Amino acid sequence: MSAKVMEPDDVRRALTRIAHEILERDKGVDDVVLVGIADRGDELAARLAREIHRIEGPEVPVGVLDITFYRDDIGLRAEAPEVHETRIPFDVSGKVVVLVDDVLFTGRTIRSAMDALTDLGRPRKIQLAVLVDRGHRELPIRADYVGKNVPTSRADDVRVLIEEVDGEDAVVVEGAR
Amino acid sequence: MKEHLLSMHDLTADDITRVLDTAESFREVGTRVIKKVPALRGRTVVNFFLENSTRTRISFELAAKRLSADVINFTASGSSVAKGESLKDTALTLQAMGADAIVIRHSSSGSPLQLTEWVDAHVLNAGDGTHEHPTQGLLDLYTMREKLGRLEGLRVAIVGDILHSRVARSLSIGLVKMGADVTFVGPPTLIPPDATSWGVQVDYDLDGVVPKLDVCYMLRVQKERQRLEFFPSVREYARLFGLSRERAAQLPEGALVMHPGPMNRGVEIASDVADLPHAVIEDQVTNGIATRMALLYLMLGGGGEEGS
Repeated sequence: MSAKVMEPDDVRRALTRIAHEILERDKGVDDVVLVGIADRGDELAARLAREIHRIEGPEVPVGVLDITFYRDDIGLRAEAPEVHETRIPFDVSGKVVVLVDDVLFTGRTIRSAMDALTDLGRPRKIQLAVLVDRGHRELPIRADYVGKNVPTSRADDVRVLIEEVDGEDAVVVEGAR
Repeated sequence: MKEHLLSMHDLTADDITRVLDTAESFREVGTRVIKKVPALRGRTVVNFFLENSTRTRISFELAAKRLSADVINFTASGSSVAKGESLKDTALTLQAMGADAIVIRHSSSGSPLQLTEWVDAHVLNAGDGTHEHPTQGLLDLYTMREKLGRLEGLRVAIVGDILHSRVARSLSIGLVKMGADVTFVGPPTLIPPDATSWGVQVDYDLDGVVPKLDVCYMLRVQKERQRLEFFPSVREYARLFGLSRERAAQLPEGALVMHPGPMNRGVEIASDVADLPHAVIEDQVTNGIATRMALLYLMLGGGGEEGS
């Protein structure tokens, strides 16, 4: 069984709110860069950059980060995880880096992303924006900006659909209940 | 991906594409200030080189180090091999020390295959006799795809000593799998008699072939493998099958000149041709690291229980 927990309008509103929150928290976006975690996170980061541009005008640099090489489960899986592209065409040193991902679950992806990011430079601050926080953390990590908190069971599958990739915006929980 | 990489025959066209795509991501790592990722932390890669090599050994060493693997370099001189230890006993020793991958270069064709029967580690063939050199073939495919945007339909001539060339064997197998159009050019004595059964064409006239190429791949004249006289003189070889400045000028616009190195300048390739902008010989070396990183990652990055 599956349940849609966010409709296209909900996704749009959540991203608009997060864009406002980033502007408010960081008092403008002079030193802010957005780094999306491949894949899906990069689309969301691009979307947030457009929202920030629409609200206040500045263009925020957007990068995409692949965390595959930094995973802690390499060698535990049968196949080597698929590698995506890392493209961060700016220096992250001294910047406020907002990591953007679709779903926050165990926190292991974010740990990997922070390791990957610090290999690229020394950001002044790292913040985290996610569309969905589904709980069940295995590491002491929390998000600074959350689109929606969705209580789930550990066995559930939470899927974020993005118009650019999947043809529509939605968040779907496929339950094993 | 197969457990071992002994021959280009071990890879399907899809596998090759996967290796090249993964190598693309590792190229980016090579451009960073910190050229290292922790993907293979705690794994041990043994470079087991029983034949001289500079670029392949260093390239594998850098590839493994950039993946944070521990690297042991093991060469014949100054080791137990020099004391007369057999290949089998040496291999079992490496096995007992917990090697996760063994990269082997050996003068005997088939020795990597032999090694797989003795050890549990992943075996990567880094050149075995006159048989194959699959990682060289893959880095060449990567370089062609990077520079020309595709492999399918590319017209590639491999020029020189095809008979003794493990590079030519691996590269031509790979190119044929990817749908390229391959021609072997060289003196008849140095073309394998059954070459046409490999899915390639054979030509003996370099001048006729050059104007129709996308890639002109020059092989090294391997003096160390010339036990018999396969051609009358090096001068004659250079005149008939060397890529001179005049010949290089006949190449179509945008065509690449490639060479696996080390070059004999003035023999198979004129010195000023090797330094032309469309001679991508150094790019081949750079891409070799990324390609070997991709292979090590794909072979050593899996292997556990399914599920995360």
